[in-house]
Amino acid sequence: MGPGEARRRGAGAFAVLLRPIATLVVLLAVFAAAQAGAAEPDLPKLTGRVTDAAGLLSPEARSGIEARLKAHEDKTTDQVVVATVPTLQGLTVEDYANRLFRAWGLGDKAKNNGALLLVAPAERKVRIEVGYGLEGALTDALTKVIITTAIAPKFKTGDFAGGIGAGIDAMLAVLDRDADAWQRRAKVREDSADPGQVVIWLIVILVLVFVVWRMSGGSGRGRLGRGRLGRGGGFIVVPGAGGGWSGGFSDGGGFGGGFSGGGGSSGGGGASGDW
Amino acid sequence: MSASAMSGPRLRPSFLGRVLTALAAMLVAGCLSGCGAINRVPTLEEQAKSSWSEVQNQYQRRADLIPNLVETVKGYAKQEQETLTRVVEARAKATSVTIDASTITDPEKFRQYQDAQNQLSGALGRLLSTVEAYPDLKSNQNFLALQSQLEGTENRITVARRDYIGAVRAYNTEVRTIPGRWIAAVFYPDAKPMETFTATPESERPPSVKF
Repeated sequence: MGPGEARRRGAGAFAVLLRPIATLVVLLAVFAAAQAGAAEPDLPKLTGRVTDAAGLLSPEARSGIEARLKAHEDKTTDQVVVATVPTLQGLTVEDYANRLFRAWGLGDKAKNNGALLLVAPAERKVRIEVGYGLEGALTDALTKVIITTAIAPKFKTGDFAGGIGAGIDAMLAVLDRDADAWQRRAKVREDSADPGQVVIWLIVILVLVFVVWRMSGGSGRGRLGRGRLGRGGGFIVVPGAGGGWSGGFSDGGGFGGGFSGGGGSSGGGGASGDW
Repeated sequence: MSASAMSGPRLRPSFLGRVLTALAAMLVAGCLSGCGAINRVPTLEEQAKSSWSEVQNQYQRRADLIPNLVETVKGYAKQEQETLTRVVEARAKATSVTIDASTITDPEKFRQYQDAQNQLSGALGRLLSTVEAYPDLKSNQNFLALQSQLEGTENRITVARRDYIGAVRAYNTEVRTIPGRWIAAVFYPDAKPMETFTATPESERPPSVKF
């Protein structure tokens, strides 16, 4: 058989396979998308240092508490946040608080100096979740004492603003005492371009330019009409490089409103209570 | 001039050159995208190992709290000698299980470690439930502090186990699926799938007492 006939047969075989392959690809994509939606609770968005999703606080109370929390963060970079949620969605308060803390990434990524005061009025549970870095100051025993002496008595009488305010005052007093004792200095968080990433991109571009130059130099020596293989090779390189390095730019998430978590995490320290 | 006469002496060198440049291009592409894949196996292994050391850390912390707890309870509840002895024995057994680098890849050793810790959880739970009957002990400041520390540690154990299970799942998936399996077979022959915790009924909830 001649070359033209062979090409037609090959093309025909490809066309026959195309539909089942396309179906398979679509099915796999749908399956993968379905797997991605696991049973995660609906966590509220971080709207500020006091995220009052359950509507317990008046605007004046909220702004008063936020001002104290912001002053503390400016002084020590600790991110202390208050959250009230309408429902725990069937999770224990410990589980919910830990997930919320990690989702919001409270505290600096390296220092893990975040703390979360979570109030769930529907289940009547309160928890102070402490980040890894503050576990030495806000110990389990101390947070339990704060909850039982400062927060729960006020919650029992329905004074949520007073209870939250007293709890925050106690937590900040503990952290301030610890800050003075260990002489922490406040550092301003800077958003600067990472020089490492810039260098990596430069190297990738140089490699691509070099490879393309070699290929165009190589095929130029051959016949003009046969340059297709060289150009095809050039297209193989670009998607590979793009896929490998694209992950580097996805951090620095887009929180609006001027307050966002620093990427810290919590290991389950702190205490819970109810009223 | 026919095409075949022209192509004879000149076809081979330029054809070889094209093949070589194509191979070079594919190698560069493969390396650039494969570097990430090759490094995934040891990266995930290290993450799993550090999660495991965090789990051990928290179990050790719990074991360290127990002598103090036993002493405090003994002062108020002398009748509970049997329960206290069981706790002390379970703690001794849990801390005597030798842990080394092979514990997380050896199913038998991992099971021993898990069983010893579960037994300690059970003994602790029973002790804390017997404390219910002693109001003096329940209001003792020392005991309250110890109890909150114990609850905090149990919570930390839960979180550390959860992190470990997630890290091990990622690592095992990488090592058992293609292309991770080939990469591990060629570059990391020592990489074995790791063991993970199995939930047992009595260890589902940490021992806690509601007043």
